[in-house]
Amino acid sequence: MAVRTLLKPSAYFDSVTLMLVQREVRQLPGVEEAGVVMGTDANKELLRDAGLLTPEASTARADDLVLVVRAISDDAAAGALTHAETLLVQRRAPTVGGPYRPKTVASAAQMLTGANLALISVPGRFAAGVAKDALVAGLHVMLFSDNVSIEAEIELKRTAAVRGVMVMGPDCGTCILGGAGLGFANRVRRGTVGIVGASGTGIQEVASLVHRGGGGISQAIGTGGRDLNSAVRGLTAMQGLAALAADPGTEVIVVISKPPAPDVASQVLGAVQRLSKPVVVNFIGASVPAAKAMHVALTLEDAAHQAVTLATGQAPRWPHWEALPAQEAGRLASTQKYVRGLYSGGTLCYEALLLLQRYAGPVYSNTPLDPSQALESALRSRGHTVIDMGSDEFTVGRLHPMLDLDLRCQRLAREADDPEVAVILLDVVLGYGAHPDPARELAAAIRQARLRAQAAGRWLPVVVSVCGTDEDPQDYEAQVATLIDAGATVQASNAQAVRLAGLIAEAAGSRGEPHRPMELPAPSAPPTVPEVSSILRLLERPRVINVGLDLFAESLTAQGVEVMAVDWQPPAGGKQKFIDILDKLNA
Amino acid sequence: MTIDEANRRATQAVLESRPVLVGTAPAAEVIAGMHKHLILHAGPPITWARMSGPLRGAVLGGVLYEGLARDDREAQALVERGEVQFAPCHHYRAVGPMAGVTTASMPVYVVENRAFGNRAYSTLNEGYGKVLRYGAYSDDVLQRLRWLRDVCAPVLGKALERSGGLDMKNLIAQQVQMGDEGHNRNKAGSALMARLLAPHLARTSTRSDDLAAVLTYLADNDLAVLNPVMASCKAMMDAAHGIAGSTVVTCMARNGTDFGIRVSGLGDAWFTAPAEVPVGLFFPGFTQDDANPDIGDSTITETAGLGAFAMAAAPAIVKFVGGTPQLAVQSTLEMYEITVTENPAFGIPQLDFRGTPTGIDIRKVVKTGITPRVNTGIAHRRPGIGQVGAGLVRPPLACFEQAVEAFAATLP
Repeated sequence: MAVRTLLKPSAYFDSVTLMLVQREVRQLPGVEEAGVVMGTDANKELLRDAGLLTPEASTARADDLVLVVRAISDDAAAGALTHAETLLVQRRAPTVGGPYRPKTVASAAQMLTGANLALISVPGRFAAGVAKDALVAGLHVMLFSDNVSIEAEIELKRTAAVRGVMVMGPDCGTCILGGAGLGFANRVRRGTVGIVGASGTGIQEVASLVHRGGGGISQAIGTGGRDLNSAVRGLTAMQGLAALAADPGTEVIVVISKPPAPDVASQVLGAVQRLSKPVVVNFIGASVPAAKAMHVALTLEDAAHQAVTLATGQAPRWPHWEALPAQEAGRLASTQKYVRGLYSGGTLCYEALLLLQRYAGPVYSNTPLDPSQALESALRSRGHTVIDMGSDEFTVGRLHPMLDLDLRCQRLAREADDPEVAVILLDVVLGYGAHPDPARELAAAIRQARLRAQAAGRWLPVVVSVCGTDEDPQDYEAQVATLIDAGATVQASNAQAVRLAGLIAEAAGSRGEPHRPMELPAPSAPPTVPEVSSILRLLERPRVINVGLDLFAESLTAQGVEVMAVDWQPPAGGKQKFIDILDKLNA
Repeated sequence: MTIDEANRRATQAVLESRPVLVGTAPAAEVIAGMHKHLILHAGPPITWARMSGPLRGAVLGGVLYEGLARDDREAQALVERGEVQFAPCHHYRAVGPMAGVTTASMPVYVVENRAFGNRAYSTLNEGYGKVLRYGAYSDDVLQRLRWLRDVCAPVLGKALERSGGLDMKNLIAQQVQMGDEGHNRNKAGSALMARLLAPHLARTSTRSDDLAAVLTYLADNDLAVLNPVMASCKAMMDAAHGIAGSTVVTCMARNGTDFGIRVSGLGDAWFTAPAEVPVGLFFPGFTQDDANPDIGDSTITETAGLGAFAMAAAPAIVKFVGGTPQLAVQSTLEMYEITVTENPAFGIPQLDFRGTPTGIDIRKVVKTGITPRVNTGIAHRRPGIGQVGAGLVRPPLACFEQAVEAFAATLP
């Protein structure tokens, strides 16, 4: 056995490219394990877990590319490294003779007539700079990147507000604008329900359920998860609400967010009350004072239910898969007590934390509702645990779990071996930008997990919700069938899946109580109504400059949206000294 | 004033410039501070000890031409005793191709920037083969220089005077539309120059065999207009120099050892790094191993938005950039990423008459890592052999990194 390491200083590649190369290298003859990653701390941790953190690899910095191969012979390892290098060069080869690929947002905006939106998915520490360039070029911004400072977010949003454009994000996973799904987005019917959401998977869950309930989506505007906190003050949410109020295609508006800062909530509700269109509000885990034309929803499923009812005049009927919690619980061994939720969607995870408490009691998490329920390490569960695997500790320098299921499958195997685990709870998010066939990868892991538990004398229920539609590229029905075939119990919504897992835990002896909702103050009048003319042009027809993950540009092209992709590289080759100098010059 | 505003002012000066070729004159008569023991050269400042082969050869030739020594050994001894001073052409409002050696009695073109009143100078192009600019200094080379001084320059000067001056902005605009990029290809521009001067040459009362020789010089030399174009670019870029707070590059030049740049808002400072060896196509019998590191002031054309920056306009020489007109277009498109503005006077037909990318911003170069492209002739690394090929080169990124550092140091 031989391990070989190759370090390429200051060589940036996006994580999709690296994942694809890593997969290909793993399949080479003689290769046992391979890592092709940027040298971030999180990735080095993963290399350590895989037994690949060689002394050389451990010296890598975040901007260095690390290639490590373990193979049956030194020749095989060396060959695999050479092959990996070739693959990386191939993927970077310029389009010889093809059209010019612009290197900056400014030149891309000049090349794409009528460009009005920059979709930015570069690593977090560079993202604000790219967003600033986009604003200077007069574009709206969808900032998919996370790890952007709140100071940068506020500055960007204030600049944008002055110019009458929106900054959707940072950490904005999903938008549906003018019928085009951006980032992670499900393919849904066009209709009359407009969404303003401070959460990516919250938007996806509601949009998918509206579609499956017979309604359709006019627009879905993501704001980023921090938009409604007291520092950012809902700058984007207020723009989104004003735009949907003016959008002729929107008849019902849904507002989704984790509980906002009270004073910001009251302002948003004040704006909501002024609208002439009905609004469904779901501040997950906060109680909203009811008012005329404002409808309060308790779960994402409930929000979709009310929106469809308002939009179509008919209450939707979700398909139900029969669930027999007591029967499932009856097959558990006496040691099996706890729910373990492994989530890829942040808001779905948050909703799970809230709903599960009612049945099961305290739920530990890396993103807990209450600081007393914080896990010491996101890598180790205790009691009832629900983990957001899309949060920073899992995604710095690595792909989001909606795209790369490896970590979740590994974790699933570990949880299945834990004799205290009674039920596994999972989400699967479909749509543009997501993994092309997540059910297939998860199904294999679920099947194996259940077999291992069975071998140890335990019955292991796995409860899954699939966020998606029959029109998604992955095909909702086929994904559900694959999961059921692997022995999973698939529920129609995240809320239903959590309820089932909770009831199983309750039947196995856990006791819980409803989470006490946060009380929000009465609505107050917002200061001004934002200018929406530029936003309405965006909603009519987005023309997109894509900076970052190529798969987003590809999915937009597949949807018939005009896209110009920027051949992006980190500023100043990632050299911090010069990044700082340029910041100083441009201050 | 913000940096962006300062840069707009600087590039506005480039766009408003109106270079006119008004005449010829001995260098010492028009270049302030020029004297017999001063030799101007291309690129940033350099000592004899660090000079490369072609520049050394040209310096010795310059000493011989000025009659300061009888042969090359004496010339070298004179130089080594420190009896000759060296300075960049750029310090004297002049530019010279390749070695760029300019001495007191050499004739120079005089270009006047009618918009701002500043002047710039450049020697007469010697043509092809064994020439001083590539470091050759044999008798026939010196003989040719004396003919340029005694016959060609005075006649051209008279014709220019009669013509009232050649509007170089107009000439460059036309040559760009006719397939020249103004640096490696000047075929159309040289033809235009000959056409515009011919009627005036005919009226200079020159002996017919001398007149025939001057017309033959213009007819045979596709580079005849290169030196006036360079001086025009110098006149344009000098107008943009010295604007406080501007990060626009006003000079890029190489001496065969170092590549140097100057920046509008950073005064007289040079930012230098070792020059790269150009990669290109070689004349029969020569290879990449014969190539000298990058040399010459002709990068003033790129600095002003011509040369490689206007590559899209010159499909005839796309072999240098990989062979297809599409790649030539990509070369120009890439340069828009690092420039402040476009020069509407120089419209590129292949880009729907989009103006040439103008005003290199050191911030954009450092941010994108895209260094300016340069089209260039390639000198043999030994003196006197001459041009061995032509190709492409880029300045070292370090020049621009040093410049942004220096610029940041000027801020509070």
